[in-house]
Amino acid sequence: MSKDIKIKRGVDIKLVGAADKVYGDVSPSETYVIKPTDFHGVVPKLLVAEGDEVLAGDQLFYSKDEERVRFTAPVSGEIAEIKRGNKRKILEVKILADKEVRYKQFETGAQADLSKEKVTGLMLDAGLWPMLRQRPYDVTANPDDAPKAIFISAFDSAPLAPDYDFMLEGRETDFQAGIDALSCLTEGKIHLSVRGKSAPAKVFTEAKGVERHNVTGPHPAGNVGIQIHHIDPINKGEVVWYVNPQDVATIGRFFAEGKYDASRTIAVAGSEVNQARYFKVVTGVQLSRMLEGNLKEGNIRVISGNVLTGSKVGADGYLGFYDHVVTAIPEGDEPELFGWIAPGFDKFSISRAFPSWMMPGKKYALDTNMHGEKRAFVVTGEYERVLPMDIYPQQLLKSIMVGDVEAMEQLGIYEVSPEDFALCEVVCTSKMDLQKTIREGLDTIKHEMS
Amino acid sequence: MKKLLRNFFDGIKPNFEKGGKFEKFHPALDAFETFVFVPGETTHSGAHIRDGIDLKRTMFFVIIALVPSLLFGMYNIGFQHYSQLGEEFTLMSAFLFGLWKVLPMIVISYGVGLGIEFLFAIIRGHQVNEGYLVTGMLIPLIMPVDLPLWMLAVAVVFAVIIGKEVFGGTGMNILNPALTARAFLFFAYPTYMSGNAVWVADAGTVDAISGETILGGLAAAKEVLSQAAAGTGYDSWTPMEAFLGLIPGSVGETSTLAIILGAAFLLWTGIGSWRIMLSGLLGASLMGLIFNAFSVNLLMATPWYEHLVIGGFAFGLVFMATDPVSAAQTTKGKWIYGFLVGFFAIMIRVFNPAYPEGIMLAILLMNVFAPLIDHYVVQANVKKRMKRMNTAKA
Repeated sequence: MSKDIKIKRGVDIKLVGAADKVYGDVSPSETYVIKPTDFHGVVPKLLVAEGDEVLAGDQLFYSKDEERVRFTAPVSGEIAEIKRGNKRKILEVKILADKEVRYKQFETGAQADLSKEKVTGLMLDAGLWPMLRQRPYDVTANPDDAPKAIFISAFDSAPLAPDYDFMLEGRETDFQAGIDALSCLTEGKIHLSVRGKSAPAKVFTEAKGVERHNVTGPHPAGNVGIQIHHIDPINKGEVVWYVNPQDVATIGRFFAEGKYDASRTIAVAGSEVNQARYFKVVTGVQLSRMLEGNLKEGNIRVISGNVLTGSKVGADGYLGFYDHVVTAIPEGDEPELFGWIAPGFDKFSISRAFPSWMMPGKKYALDTNMHGEKRAFVVTGEYERVLPMDIYPQQLLKSIMVGDVEAMEQLGIYEVSPEDFALCEVVCTSKMDLQKTIREGLDTIKHEMS
Repeated sequence: MKKLLRNFFDGIKPNFEKGGKFEKFHPALDAFETFVFVPGETTHSGAHIRDGIDLKRTMFFVIIALVPSLLFGMYNIGFQHYSQLGEEFTLMSAFLFGLWKVLPMIVISYGVGLGIEFLFAIIRGHQVNEGYLVTGMLIPLIMPVDLPLWMLAVAVVFAVIIGKEVFGGTGMNILNPALTARAFLFFAYPTYMSGNAVWVADAGTVDAISGETILGGLAAAKEVLSQAAAGTGYDSWTPMEAFLGLIPGSVGETSTLAIILGAAFLLWTGIGSWRIMLSGLLGASLMGLIFNAFSVNLLMATPWYEHLVIGGFAFGLVFMATDPVSAAQTTKGKWIYGFLVGFFAIMIRVFNPAYPEGIMLAILLMNVFAPLIDHYVVQANVKKRMKRMNTAKA
């Protein structure tokens, strides 16, 4: 059974440097890193010390607020460094990897014996649980919650997004096993959204035990938050979970083989990459493996994730836990003479104030320049053009800025996450940091509710 | 050139930074520097790429849209002056006469207004906002040509301080600042803002000139607007003359044609709200039709479509009602707001004999109601969410 959802509002920002659908050669990384900062709201308590030996699947740290949520090593090796920042905040746990990965063996049992308790317990122990994230608040799922549904978005619509159809080719069995395990966790439905206007891979079309939705439209149509809003919106007091399709396959393999195999496919893309392509790596891999000799000259920003929501890591940085793409774009730190008045053929805008709007197929090599300075809210209606939700974005943002919890609730804070506001942030004439504001709002509400 | 300017700013900058001689005046230098150079500042949090547009470009585009009205206004000032005084003139001499009249108004408007903006930026230690770039051009365009310059200066001071800065500056104001300037003058110095003497340059010095506007004439029950009026002198005008703008009136608001050119540019670039413009036209047309149905005086009998080309209606609707800060901000709200602006503009025009131009008061009135309109639009959305929640629980 499948349903159609048409998203009308939004915009596809076409960037130069999409990854070719071929796999690049990559030698295994010497070091791997797990960053507690990837998991919003998690205060880590360490279980290992520098010099300890770990297997892939061994626990590294846990969440102080929810001790059952464990974070585990993606590879085997020795804990090389525990990097700390201000106030001794743990930033990275670095593992010096073995040449051959040794896995910790878990007793997963036959698929037929799986119950909610068993799946939850195993996923928590093996460090797979953080793959499940929840709405509202957009944080790691709480194992005590009974989600009304689990959502999987099987396509990414962000600029230079990786193609999940390609990435999950041949992983039908793992994916189905993952769906079967996840179905133990909810009494509601598992919603799987595929891109409506193409022929999705059979890994998605042949998946059983899911309700499939054909979603068409520009970005953010691929955002799970937008899909939830259109399929089964969240009311106050309700919880839904969501998970990335690659992680579904990882969960599936875990239950089939009893080991945490953290390998995944990522795309390396962007205008500053010489050969944009896909690579098979392991979570936490050092990016220099894919980028050495593969970057152009100049001042370049390397982002783990996409250009809308990713984090700046540098060419020697590491892949984030939730990231499936690495993007390299130019830094735009050069002042531009009369840039606000110049025609700007190479500038992207939704405003039609640049001639580029008459070239709909044009691809851009955008840099990281702000193109202006921060201002008060002046222009109206621009967020509404790119946020396909029945929500008043500007009013919601204002309610967060003044800390009005009741207004935030009424205006739909439970349904949004920072990534849903990424496009609003891009098109904002006043150059506001909207994702940060939404995150602050979610944190405030979570604090108020707990 | 770029390097020269860059070196200049880099050279004087240390004086304006923390600990420098002119530390306090940093916002002033910053305003000039960012005018010349879009800063090389890059994204730090959130999205790594950003839209090419900023507030400077947005405001600049509105100014471009005002250029046809400005240029035509200059010509019309000369045209009205020479033709009503019965003197010979050419296109160029009429334009130069207008230029001579309007340029000081623009200089005063920008000089005084930006002076206050800079002062507030320095006192508050924030950046100079671009909002006044548009307001500074709008104010001279909605004033009578013979307005004393000191009065204009006082109006600008009032508009910027009371109309905007007391609310927190650009983006925070409730009323349209340019209209606040005009309303201030209208109430403070009514003899300079209405009547017969102010709409044609130097009309007050010559007895023979009628000098009144079409609306003034209609309100005084004179047949000043008709097809038959062609060639009957400057006591009356044809609808086509009103459309082209060869009529007495405020500097920039007489030519509906020039305003349409500006509106087309705003709509083409997506800077102006088409919803407000369209719904404003609909509202005005409906009110005009209602009056036509019950016409008991000349203003009511004026065909609804002629209402759209006389007075400041078109200018107000295109350049004032669409001000995003003081207009309604929700999409549905914009439809309601625009419609009511148009509706009340014609209503006030017909029912207010003392000052038969309704668009200014209609926009100011709706500025006050815009937050209320938005409130109800947003509440409807909230109710929908609450209803959904109750259904989910049931």
